[in-house]
Amino acid sequence: MARSIHKRVLPGFGLSLGFTIVYLSLIVLIPLSAVFLKTSTMTPNDFWEAVTSPRVVASYKLTFGASFLAACINAVFGLLLAWGLTRYTFPGRKIVDALIDLPFALPTAVAGIALTAIYAKNGWIGSLLEPHGVKIAFRPAGVLVALIFIGMPFVVRTVQPVLEDLEVEFEEAAASLGANRWQSFQRVVFPTLLPALLTGFALAFARAVGEYGSVIFIAGNIPMVSEITPLIIITKLEQFDYRGATAVAAVMLVISFAMLLVINMLQAWNARRYGRNV
Amino acid sequence: MTGFAATFDTRAHAVGKFEANAATRDASWVKFLVLGIGLSYFLIFLLLPLIAVFAEALRKGAEAYFAALVEPDALSAIRLTLLAAAISVPLNLIFGLAAAWAIAKFEFPGKNFLITLIDLPFSVSPVVAGLIYVLVFGRQGWLGSWLGEHDIRIIFAVPGIVLATIFVTFPFIARELIPLMQAQGREEEEAAVSLGAAGFQTFWRVTLPNIKWALLYGVILCNARAMGEFGAVSVVSGHIRGETNTMPLHVEILYNEYQFSAAFAVASLLALLALVTLVLKTYVEWRARRSVQEGREQ
Repeated sequence: MARSIHKRVLPGFGLSLGFTIVYLSLIVLIPLSAVFLKTSTMTPNDFWEAVTSPRVVASYKLTFGASFLAACINAVFGLLLAWGLTRYTFPGRKIVDALIDLPFALPTAVAGIALTAIYAKNGWIGSLLEPHGVKIAFRPAGVLVALIFIGMPFVVRTVQPVLEDLEVEFEEAAASLGANRWQSFQRVVFPTLLPALLTGFALAFARAVGEYGSVIFIAGNIPMVSEITPLIIITKLEQFDYRGATAVAAVMLVISFAMLLVINMLQAWNARRYGRNV
Repeated sequence: MTGFAATFDTRAHAVGKFEANAATRDASWVKFLVLGIGLSYFLIFLLLPLIAVFAEALRKGAEAYFAALVEPDALSAIRLTLLAAAISVPLNLIFGLAAAWAIAKFEFPGKNFLITLIDLPFSVSPVVAGLIYVLVFGRQGWLGSWLGEHDIRIIFAVPGIVLATIFVTFPFIARELIPLMQAQGREEEEAAVSLGAAGFQTFWRVTLPNIKWALLYGVILCNARAMGEFGAVSVVSGHIRGETNTMPLHVEILYNEYQFSAAFAVASLLALLALVTLVLKTYVEWRARRSVQEGREQ
């Protein structure tokens, strides 16, 4: 009874939900379904060949390997940075805090050419590494650098609010029971941070897997060596191989949906742990 | 909600409390080590690329810089970028308001599933986002022959660019509004309606003042992504100079033609846009935090 009254009191239910569903279907759901419908017109053999050709498999290894490594690096350093931003006062803290979101705001193509300029052999960092025989730009290492850039805010921004909300009482209790700072971090703080840290890791990984703009400039895009999966889709499209492009896109979509599921589960864990969403 | 973008946060932060307390204060060598490593990581991977954009843009002097910006192809790219944002942001704003109103103010089955679907575009690769419109509207696509007969171009034309931009910015405003409006509940609106306010009046006078900062925050982020999108737009654009090039695509073309200074000059405009976005975002968060605190004090 109470529910039906609510529906009647406020106006606009049919209009707002109807518009939401129509707009969602037209912009997102129907176009996305085109990938699976197009794939379903292929024979299983053709599909399997398209998604497991050596060049495509090499691109999966690079895309997922570099994304995983970048997410690991961002988890470690992002945690340190989040700790520094929430626990310590230092000059410029607010500016650093505001700039963390730069990879969300800076167009990926701009990030891509800027990173290439820095890591090319005559660039600021590239010229320092070149004499030691270390090359980053136009190699798989370049892909890693770009993915670290675009994934940087995720871990910082998921861990930061949890660190801020952490009551000092827990660490006081640990200290009064004789724990040193490291033991208190390891046994008290870190377990509390873990769900948020894993969520940030998963978000950075998911973002990195689909990333295109920042990577293609610095990668060099050498087939079998430094070619990422999204670029394979573009290349196939440019050769008018729509089926091949769609088959690889279907694989990527299935992986994205799986990642979305994992992230939702991690966030449910987060919400149970902290009583709110991160 | 999946945190694929910055999330609106109005809580007050107190950094000092950890340093003032002996139980949470780290040894000074730990502080220097953590800050040293953390800030080096920030400097190398984040700050340096930002500085490089401006340094490279101005390498050939101010004259070459401005020449690259007023060149006709650059101007037409700027116009198209503004147009794509001017269409996609308001549409996603209306969608965000409608979705948040339906989800926050009413009960219906499948609500959580709907929220997940709204977040979907964040987890789709930009390249796939472009591809899906090629599959629907492209020459070989579902509507390809019908569009061909009626001489309507969507792919490799402006409508395709707008559609791809709408897709990649789809969840931005909705995802800021939904959790906020859910937390605020519906008592205030119900009170207004029972006192005789019309639906639109209720929204304008009661709902909007409560959500204005989150709304503005979503619009700012949505706009930044709309103007900066590269992958999805690249697939549907066809890269026709002066016609279907947005600013990020123009940067790519100049860069691939080895016109590095010109590429960085256009890129510096986009980097400025990103900095303005961060400043506005920080300001909106600060204002929202202040209004929450004032609300508590009253």
